[in-house]
Amino acid sequence: MAAAKTTPITRLLAGHAGPVAVLGLAFLGLWYAGAVWLNADLQIDAFARAGTDWGFSDLVAGTWAQERPLLPAPHQVLAEMWKTIAETGITSKRSLVFHGWVTLSSTLLGFAAGTLLGILLAVGIVHVRVLEKSLMPWIIASQTIPILAVAPMVIVVLGAIGLKGLIPKAVISTYLCFFPVAIGMVKGLRAPDLLQLDLMWTYSASARQTFFYLRWPTALPFLFAGLKVAISISLVGAIIAELPTGAQAGLGARLLAGSYYGQTIQIWSALVTAALMAALLVALMGGIERQVARLMGARP
Amino acid sequence: MSGLRPALLFLGIAFAGAFAMLDAHTGGAAGAGFALSLLALSLLGWRGLTLLANAHFADGRGQRVADLSVPVLFGLWIVFLWQAVTIGFGVPQVLLPPPSMIVARIFGSADILLADFRQTFLQAVLIGYLLGCGSGFLVALIADRVPFLQRGLLPLGNLASALPIVGVAPIMVMWFGFDWPSKAAVVVIMTFFPMLVNTVAGLAAAGHQERELLGTYAATWGQSLLALRLPVAMPFIFNALKINSTLALIGAIVAEFFGTPIVGMGFRISTEVGRMNLDMVWAEIVLAAVAGSLFYGAVALAERRVTFWHPSLRQR
Repeated sequence: MAAAKTTPITRLLAGHAGPVAVLGLAFLGLWYAGAVWLNADLQIDAFARAGTDWGFSDLVAGTWAQERPLLPAPHQVLAEMWKTIAETGITSKRSLVFHGWVTLSSTLLGFAAGTLLGILLAVGIVHVRVLEKSLMPWIIASQTIPILAVAPMVIVVLGAIGLKGLIPKAVISTYLCFFPVAIGMVKGLRAPDLLQLDLMWTYSASARQTFFYLRWPTALPFLFAGLKVAISISLVGAIIAELPTGAQAGLGARLLAGSYYGQTIQIWSALVTAALMAALLVALMGGIERQVARLMGARP
Repeated sequence: MSGLRPALLFLGIAFAGAFAMLDAHTGGAAGAGFALSLLALSLLGWRGLTLLANAHFADGRGQRVADLSVPVLFGLWIVFLWQAVTIGFGVPQVLLPPPSMIVARIFGSADILLADFRQTFLQAVLIGYLLGCGSGFLVALIADRVPFLQRGLLPLGNLASALPIVGVAPIMVMWFGFDWPSKAAVVVIMTFFPMLVNTVAGLAAAGHQERELLGTYAATWGQSLLALRLPVAMPFIFNALKINSTLALIGAIVAEFFGTPIVGMGFRISTEVGRMNLDMVWAEIVLAAVAGSLFYGAVALAERRVTFWHPSLRQR
């Protein structure tokens, strides 16, 4: 492997961008091939019923243009997304912008509440010994409960006491969010080493000053690591929480309605939208993290 | 053994009072006195827990028992408060059934719970978990041999673990039918990426010196994998196994919301919620929590046996 020459191509393949692009293209190719493979039976039936002669190219073209395919081709999903995002008014029930906003608003509300709860718990755990001993094991145990599975009950129970719409969904997201934030924050607030704590002690700093001048800044990187996990599971929570409400609004409702009526293209477009949203939210968190780090004087 | 005796005194009074209150109140219409005595007992119990948490023991065994009993007593106290409040204030059963009712339901409907457990856990979760973790591990090994794949798969895998993958459930139900294979498929997809990313990271974790040592021994790829890199990767792999143990249960249960035969934990939860049988729902939740905790515990136990050398497990 005496690769002495570095052509632009070898340089591209040496980094991350080249391989990711190649794998992405391979994935797209597999998707198209899979669409032919999975939809072929239906298409052959359709040709037989219509009584038309067909060749391989007809088959491929047909499987990529079905109304309710088992696996829609990527361009069908994109076309559906374009139609429901750009060409439909955003107040319409058929608009993905409308449904996406419904999901996003409960995601963000739950995220904010969960972050606050997680930080408060972490502060309590770090400062009060009995809280650490009694609460910490339960916080960890709380995550072995598949809370998403319990979402329907939370929604129904909160609905019974008059809470409907946004709040119950946000509650699910909150429950999912607080854990990574609390765990990361406990780790972060404990991150200052003895030397730094002793220095604060020699300054005769109060507990509050130690917290705001030492512990909080040290904990911020840990906090952001937790926040990035939290925002993506907050989105998952919001989507799942929309299932039991009878598919009224939101990306989860689109998924459920699509699966009721066999509208596969609708399911896939909701799924792709949700994935894009998750990627954007995580990227946004990363951006805020870099900005905060710069404001705190981190050198790139 | 400082502070143990007052701690036990406070806790003893609190729990004795709790039992007395449960005995005295059997239904509804409790007043301010009831609430105040609950508050007083809770403060007593809290004081006892604080003393117990701060107590110091000469021998290690006593310390361990004390460390374990603090969260256990705290949990018991929460259950007591739940029972006392739901019974004492007559909280409607459709909102929150008391723990006693849930326990009664667990024993009363053991056969249904067992059938659901078999359908969801033993089939969908376990099979999906094994397939997903196994294939993630294999692909990571392949990626380890082909650096090009590794550089491409790692960012994609990281991206995929941030995506709402549970959403593929309706598609899997459409492809693999209503029975457990579709749920197992969801579990496979959900568990694949964490395993892939963690194993790739773990295989890269071995130090340069150790690798070069094996190089000087003329060790083959397989030999250095078995002797050095897999053992070093084990903490990462177990991290993925632990993450996946909860993900698998969530995936299987949520997938059942999209269509299922008339058995399964997710099916039972969604139908019994519709019929307002919340005690049955809570029984399923307890079952899911116990199954999830045991699953996690089993993985954690295996981790202790396999990675006994890791600093985080070393005794001080």
